[in-house]
Amino acid sequence: MPEASPATEKRFSLRRSVQKVVDFTEPAIVGLIHLCGWSAIIFVMAIFFFVFKESLPAITGIEEGDAVHAEVVKLDLVEFATSPKWIPESAKRPTFGILALMVGTLSVTVLSMLIAVPLGLGAAVYVSEFSKGKSREILKVLIELLAAIPSVVWGFIGLVILNPMIVEVTGEPVGLNILNAGIVLALMSVPIIVSVSEDALRAVPDSYREAGMALGANRWEMVYKVLFPAAKHGLLAAVLLGIGRGIGETMAVLMCTGHSVNMPTSIFDPVRTLTATIAAELGEAVRGDMHYHTLFLIGVVLFAFAFVINLTADLIVKGIKVQGNE
Amino acid sequence: MSSQPTNPFAETEEERRGKLVENLVGISTLLMTWLLIIPVLAIIIFLVYKAWPALSIEFLLDNPEKKMTAGGIWGPLIGTFFLVLVSLIIAAPIGILAGVYLNEFARDNWLTRFINLAVVNLAGVPSIVHGLFGLGAFVYFLGMDRCLLAASCTVAVMTLPVIITSTKEALASVPMSFRVACWNMGATKWQTIRTIVLPNSISGILTGVILQVARAAGETAPILFTGAMISSRIADSGWEAMVPYGLDDRFMALSYHLYIISTQWQNVPESFKFGTAAVMIGLVIAVNSISIAFRIYLRSRKKW
Repeated sequence: MPEASPATEKRFSLRRSVQKVVDFTEPAIVGLIHLCGWSAIIFVMAIFFFVFKESLPAITGIEEGDAVHAEVVKLDLVEFATSPKWIPESAKRPTFGILALMVGTLSVTVLSMLIAVPLGLGAAVYVSEFSKGKSREILKVLIELLAAIPSVVWGFIGLVILNPMIVEVTGEPVGLNILNAGIVLALMSVPIIVSVSEDALRAVPDSYREAGMALGANRWEMVYKVLFPAAKHGLLAAVLLGIGRGIGETMAVLMCTGHSVNMPTSIFDPVRTLTATIAAELGEAVRGDMHYHTLFLIGVVLFAFAFVINLTADLIVKGIKVQGNE
Repeated sequence: MSSQPTNPFAETEEERRGKLVENLVGISTLLMTWLLIIPVLAIIIFLVYKAWPALSIEFLLDNPEKKMTAGGIWGPLIGTFFLVLVSLIIAAPIGILAGVYLNEFARDNWLTRFINLAVVNLAGVPSIVHGLFGLGAFVYFLGMDRCLLAASCTVAVMTLPVIITSTKEALASVPMSFRVACWNMGATKWQTIRTIVLPNSISGILTGVILQVARAAGETAPILFTGAMISSRIADSGWEAMVPYGLDDRFMALSYHLYIISTQWQNVPESFKFGTAAVMIGLVIAVNSISIAFRIYLRSRKKW
């Protein structure tokens, strides 16, 4: 047996050293994967931290005025939550009340849900229970397409297409109001409602359907009396996610609501929403003054809304899974 | 002999009514579905019809001139392209590795539940709050100032959750037996992922990433305060026109451009507004078609 030549020896050791490097990269990459895995938590916390940090001076107080007459100004939190007056740039006495803005956001969201939930549930029932094969695929693709249209284009559609249509049909002088934004928002939030509730209907085991059929139920009775009760958590989550989309939507409502601070009395009144206020005013607010920090505080309020809604929806969906395991 | 033999299988009154209800519900839910889709198709056709006078190759390739009343949309178009590109370079690796972590490494414990919850919440944060975060964190805290990089980082954080979720789903569709076979050959966890799991799920991952491209290209609120600007002087031709923005430059973007010319600026020809909207929808449809084609390809190629 010839001994290993120096060349093969060298190659051998080269491979060993490469392997050593590989052994070193393995834990490095695994560590990197772990770090990326936690990134979602890091970013959610970072979002809350930075938005809250920028809003904090409004609560703790800012020094205003020149060096001689410096005074610490604090945001009146009770006024912030309960006053319908939003007059940030008043020279005399700026007022920061977000009640009208909240009512604006709620009115637009509620109207959009009144339109989107029945239509979305109907479409989900059709796609999941009545259609089959190719037509189901085509419908799903078209509904996905609805979800893909950018919000600024939706806003543009509301501005140049729905606006004159509403003027013509209702005789109102301007068509930028709750109705306009509600319709646009409904079309925007329908895809998420359809896809989540379709998932929920699909998740109902086929044995339920077979049992219903065996008892002589027709398809409608099966949907209404078997599938809806069985999928009610998922359907509720779908509605909640739609509401979340409505509250968080910015550009479309900025362009379609008419953007005037107003306690609405009818659906033909223009309103202004929380999101639109930030989008429209942050560009002009001076960094460090009360207006700037208050806009960030509105951001904190929006973050809290979204957090509660998503948490609830998630818990409801988790509820189904636990039930399914039983 | 009885008068008439009754057919025991004849439809009863109740069954007939049931069938009627069933058909009625089928038709009405079909109508509801189309009620959602038809207006949108009509709107898209209307947009393209109104945009037709402006749509041309020059409209795409020329820069906006004379306060947006002449020229085209090259600047915003290339700005959006770079925004999407940089944000993907940032978000795709993090998102894909996070998906790998959640599907391959995470055990079913409170930490994993916490991460999943964070992903859901990150997806639900309003886009304008992402904009506030970008302003507070990237522009001011990290001192990037308003620029392409700050805006891309903001958009990257926003697109992260969907990339994570779609990667996780794509990885979960790779059968466990593939991994077990690979481990039995002595491969380490990362080797298994790199050589077996990722290649077998790459189309699914790409589908999710491509869909995020459409979303990133359309978003306005996150870039409002982090770097988008109305007009910047960029070169009309040559290399400078192809790469007009550095990472530390402010940039034009299609979505912001459409917002400004349709709400703030007077005298912009109508066909320009419609043209910009039509180009955006066209881009989104094109990107979505690519993703759908990928999905079909993936399904036809599936061997297990």
